[in-house]
Amino acid sequence: MVPIMVRYSQLSVPAGPSRRQVLAGGAGALTLAALTACGGNTGRSSGGAGASGSGGGAGTIAQWYHQYGEPGTEQAVKRYAAAYKPAKVSVQWIPGNYDQKSAAALLTDSGPDVFEYGNGPTIDMITGKQVVDLTDLYGDAKSDFTASLLERMTWQGKIYGIPQVVDMQLFVYRKSMLAKAGVKPPETLDDLVAAAKKLSTGKVKGLFVGNDGGASVLAGPVLWSSGHDYLKDGKPDFDNAEVAGALGKFRDLFSSGDLLLGAPTDWSDPGAITSGLTAIQWTGLWNFPALQKALGDDFGVLPFPAIGGSGKPSVPVGAYAACVSARAENVDAAKKFVKWLWVDQTSDQLDFAQSYGFHIPARASLVAKADKLKSGPAATAAGYLKDYGHPQTPLLWTPKSSTAMTDAINNIVRSGASPTMELAGVRKVVDAELTRFGG
Amino acid sequence: MTGAAGRLASARPASPRRKWTDSPHLWFWIFVGPFVAGLVVFVVIPIIWSVWLSFYDARNTVTPTHFVGFDNYTRMLGDSAFRSSLVTFVLFALFIVPTTFVLSLALAVLVSNTRAGKAFFRSVFFLPTACSYVVAAMIWRESLFGGTAAGLINTVLGWFGVAPIAWLSVVHPPWYWLVLVTVRLWLQLGFFMVLFLAALQRVPKQLYEAAALDGATGWKAFRYITFPQLRATSTAVLMLLLVNAFQAFDEFYNVLTTTAGYPPYARPPLVYLYNVALGNGQDFGDGSAGAIILTLIIAVFALLQGRLTGLGRREV
Repeated sequence: MVPIMVRYSQLSVPAGPSRRQVLAGGAGALTLAALTACGGNTGRSSGGAGASGSGGGAGTIAQWYHQYGEPGTEQAVKRYAAAYKPAKVSVQWIPGNYDQKSAAALLTDSGPDVFEYGNGPTIDMITGKQVVDLTDLYGDAKSDFTASLLERMTWQGKIYGIPQVVDMQLFVYRKSMLAKAGVKPPETLDDLVAAAKKLSTGKVKGLFVGNDGGASVLAGPVLWSSGHDYLKDGKPDFDNAEVAGALGKFRDLFSSGDLLLGAPTDWSDPGAITSGLTAIQWTGLWNFPALQKALGDDFGVLPFPAIGGSGKPSVPVGAYAACVSARAENVDAAKKFVKWLWVDQTSDQLDFAQSYGFHIPARASLVAKADKLKSGPAATAAGYLKDYGHPQTPLLWTPKSSTAMTDAINNIVRSGASPTMELAGVRKVVDAELTRFGG
Repeated sequence: MTGAAGRLASARPASPRRKWTDSPHLWFWIFVGPFVAGLVVFVVIPIIWSVWLSFYDARNTVTPTHFVGFDNYTRMLGDSAFRSSLVTFVLFALFIVPTTFVLSLALAVLVSNTRAGKAFFRSVFFLPTACSYVVAAMIWRESLFGGTAAGLINTVLGWFGVAPIAWLSVVHPPWYWLVLVTVRLWLQLGFFMVLFLAALQRVPKQLYEAAALDGATGWKAFRYITFPQLRATSTAVLMLLLVNAFQAFDEFYNVLTTTAGYPPYARPPLVYLYNVALGNGQDFGDGSAGAIILTLIIAVFALLQGRLTGLGRREV
């Protein structure tokens, strides 16, 4: 799964583990508990004074965040935590491979009590009882949250995360380049292909969807824009002629020479479009401050265009969600803190969404109050959330299904493999994964 | 006992009562103990734990309770992505092992025969060994093999009118192998060259002198004297190279990984297993089964190679 909230610091070269680390890890995870227990400050108090004790006052709640790239974010979340009176909250700012680190820490007693996770916890975290049900924290505010995101975090009627802020992927284009070439912002996939051709001149390529030709990012938008989805009613909905045809067009685009490939920075960084290497780029909302700084008003936004007669434009949306570990020292105290911060403290939520990075608040009432979303491309993008937004992947789309799909799109777009056969191969993997959850 | 020895023995003063600190066992364990403990805790127990995990449904847990027999092994062997990574890396090993071997040996022979600046060349070729794989991968990916016209290689090609090549994006032809193989050779050749250089220095000079009298110089001397004399080193180098090839991770991961993960090209088994077990997958059962399968494959190849090269056979 592509994390939708990709940060600059994560982009160019992955901060990977070394071979030795993997060998040690691959040989077994035994040492994990011991290492976590004796290494580093996890944020919890060592005394184990829990709120359940007769003395009242709760012990320290350990809250984990991934390292946000925007200055001020860390200070802000520490400020919110310090303002919580019923218990001491210790914020841990985790650089590097956050998803892997937090998932590994959940295996131990020394992990976080409260942590954020991209699009909510995974289905295996939920069925493995690593996280707790947070449904009762919503109260009357439930209808204020983006419904599709809540659905993404719901399993068997229980909600396991509270969305913090919403992020989105979309196309951005250079207005001046399109005007010069006499190209109108594309509204269909065929328009997009034609625009890429017309906009490619000299060292400028018409379109950039990532250095892998879009293999990392195309799956969801191609499915939704052609009127399909990863899963529909719990069954695969991606191996059909419309999706195969659309992926075939990206194969043609890949070999046409109109697609920017091998750019110094990938799709999730604004570098390719701001340095003039491309006229249209697939990227994320988080890049708006950088785009505005580099291009001023010379950029517009577009959703992924409609494909075929039954299709409709689409944009993938995702949200880091606050979760509570089932191994939390005091689950009730952790839940109370999460409710306080991510349900009750609307002023902090608005501050977090718009004062540092560039995000859309997760609640309709706060979107209406967000000044930065009231004009220009940001306002247009905020509109896409309501009209065309789809949660990045469904809850039952496991990492294994995700790898199979990304591999297949790589093979189709980059190697010219048969879309029909590749998608049929993905279906086998997905069917097997779905049976694990009674599908 | 000879008389002299007997006198020496009788002349020795009566030894005082041995203190407990004199025990050789004590000092053995003080020096060796921490390393043995480290080995047991960080290597032996994890390996045993891994074997145990491989027979359980261990998703998001390292203390599973649901025994599944060989299901994880069947699933991993039936997983076309894992199989393809194994096949790719068998082929990769068949290519990279002899290539690195021949080039490092050739470098060693050249450096050893050079008359001037031997120390300089030895250092220059050895220096990349000190470079981090991650740093080298970054330089190769972003600077040397940048895909736009601004990339170093593309700039040079541009002087000859060649259009820029997106080295890591296109897969026909598979240019990414050129990036991966060159960075690996740059990083590893120096180390194996030094091993060969050390072995070359141990070849007796008189063998060459005698051979020269019989008219064997140049290639003949190398073929009939140098190469056979390097047998012990060669077998060790081959073994190290083989294990290295199957354990490929660092430069592959850092050259090819994108925000969506690792593409299905040149995907080393370790990278695949990392994603299954320690990445987002958190499936320690499948990951451990895959690790055991990979270990067995390395063992089979190592044994085969040992048979062919005579590793461990008593030198005559």
